[in-house]
Amino acid sequence: MKISKDEVEKIAHLARLEIDDSEKEKMAGQLSNILQYIDKLGNVDVDGVKSFSGAAFMNNVLRQDVLEPSPGPDVTLANAPCRDGDFYTVPTIVK
Amino acid sequence: MTYHELTISNALALLSDRKITSTELTRALLDRIKQHDDRIKAFITVDEDMAMACAQKADQKIAKGQMAALTGVPIALKDLLCTRGMKTTCGSKILNNFVPEYDGTVVSKLKDAGAVIIGKTNLDEFAMGSSTENSSIKVTANPWNTDYVPGGSSGGSAAAVAAGFCCGSLGTDTGGSIRQPASHCGVVGLKPTYGRVSRFGLVSYASSLDQIGPITKDVKDAALMMNVICGNDKKDSTSARVAVPDFTKAFDQFDAEGLKGMSIGIPGEYLSVAGIDPDVEKVFLNAKQIFKDLGAEITEISLPHTEYVVAAYYIIAPCEASSNLARFDGVKYGFRHEGTDDLIDMYKKTKSKGFGAEVKRRILIGTYALSAGYYDAYYGRASQVRTLIMEDFANAFKTCDFILSPVAPAPAFKIGENVDDPLTMYLSDIFTLSANMAAIPGISVPAGYSSNGLPVGIQMMANRFDENSLLRAGYGFEKAVHLEKRFPEL
Repeated sequence: MKISKDEVEKIAHLARLEIDDSEKEKMAGQLSNILQYIDKLGNVDVDGVKSFSGAAFMNNVLRQDVLEPSPGPDVTLANAPCRDGDFYTVPTIVK
Repeated sequence: MTYHELTISNALALLSDRKITSTELTRALLDRIKQHDDRIKAFITVDEDMAMACAQKADQKIAKGQMAALTGVPIALKDLLCTRGMKTTCGSKILNNFVPEYDGTVVSKLKDAGAVIIGKTNLDEFAMGSSTENSSIKVTANPWNTDYVPGGSSGGSAAAVAAGFCCGSLGTDTGGSIRQPASHCGVVGLKPTYGRVSRFGLVSYASSLDQIGPITKDVKDAALMMNVICGNDKKDSTSARVAVPDFTKAFDQFDAEGLKGMSIGIPGEYLSVAGIDPDVEKVFLNAKQIFKDLGAEITEISLPHTEYVVAAYYIIAPCEASSNLARFDGVKYGFRHEGTDDLIDMYKKTKSKGFGAEVKRRILIGTYALSAGYYDAYYGRASQVRTLIMEDFANAFKTCDFILSPVAPAPAFKIGENVDDPLTMYLSDIFTLSANMAAIPGISVPAGYSSNGLPVGIQMMANRFDENSLLRAGYGFEKAVHLEKRFPEL
């Protein structure tokens, strides 16, 4: 699979990343290279093979629903880059 | 007293006999870090005051005869493990000043066992890399020759043990990140079975592959650390509900029976992997002979899907990473780009300035592979191939106790040699990725040297929850192999 500069831009937007214009060409080349290598997965006969899901091989993991003390807002928000009282603040969402 | 050469078991014996104190030992290692770590660059954070306070507390406990499993022993932690009140950067600008409010489960377990946390070690950013060159903070050097990489991503943890900056360390392994740097630095690295060790407080890269494990000076120490860090944890629902054995029993078993009755599988497919360095091949063949001499039986086995391991891994891991790393958006913790009044723009600028090139590359691959129209062709197919890989191993373990292989196709390379060639770097993970894909344990044990004097290890992989076979065989091998030099001169 070959990835174009435009596709890099599109994927970057989905991932909420910005790639510098000067880097886009190089990134497109590297991603194409990697994905071309990955295309070999197409040669494997996977007819009827179950999808692997969950390396822990467990189904439902249940526990008692017991109330435990919360660490409280000062601990929870201690690393907030920007806060207002007990709230995180972010740039305006609804204009 | 050469404090820096002390293994965990040596240190524990000397501490309990009151021949040394933890304060002396910790001071000596801190001084050694001060003297040499400007060249090795193994550590991101060293908190001398905290380490010395811990050591003093340990000495008081020892004086009262209250010794726990690791009381007074200085241990280093990969900086991907959350430590309460101590900076945890993940080697990334985006978490440059992140100070967790809690300890990861392994960290609590080490502290409860009396270990002295001496510092946090360097890594490839978010554990994405095989050389520790992808750290946004510094590039760690191989203590055996500082022109060379220590391997990665737990390069700082492996270099710190090899350089004698700590008695042992913890690393994490998503595709070989414990075993490969251990091999490159001449130390022991054990990746436990998926689920053996709680991942709570480990910053996630690829959750179905990540596992924490010990990096130590010898095999015995790996078992001592395993005895402390393993076990079910209600804070990690993927942690296994299986009993934790006393891992040191494997050594009694070797001392009593050697490797009698053990069968070693050599995968035919591994020997035909292109580009195996002749030095690595020589070390591997020598190891095979040593195991034969120890009485193990060698059988050829087949892992037919070996050719597809790298391709499947480099879809599954980036897909999981693209989802896991979405949380670093500048809202709850870490770096935020200021000066934009649009939310999406804030996300984009924060991530773009906060993440390095390799992390962005993997997020992009993962996002692409999971995007509409591509899911089945990439993630879906890779997950099916993962089932086939796992079946290969299940079949192999019907006829052998463990699989012997090289750790990496080549010894450590020079710093800067491969930075602009991600695919070549990915391909060098061929021998280690499978253990993560199949959720099985693997160990790397020092086995020889390259012609230019760099350490080369060998890898053993066993069935799920059979760390015992790896420790028994690794311990026997370590006794039998003749290594002229165990530690580098700094």
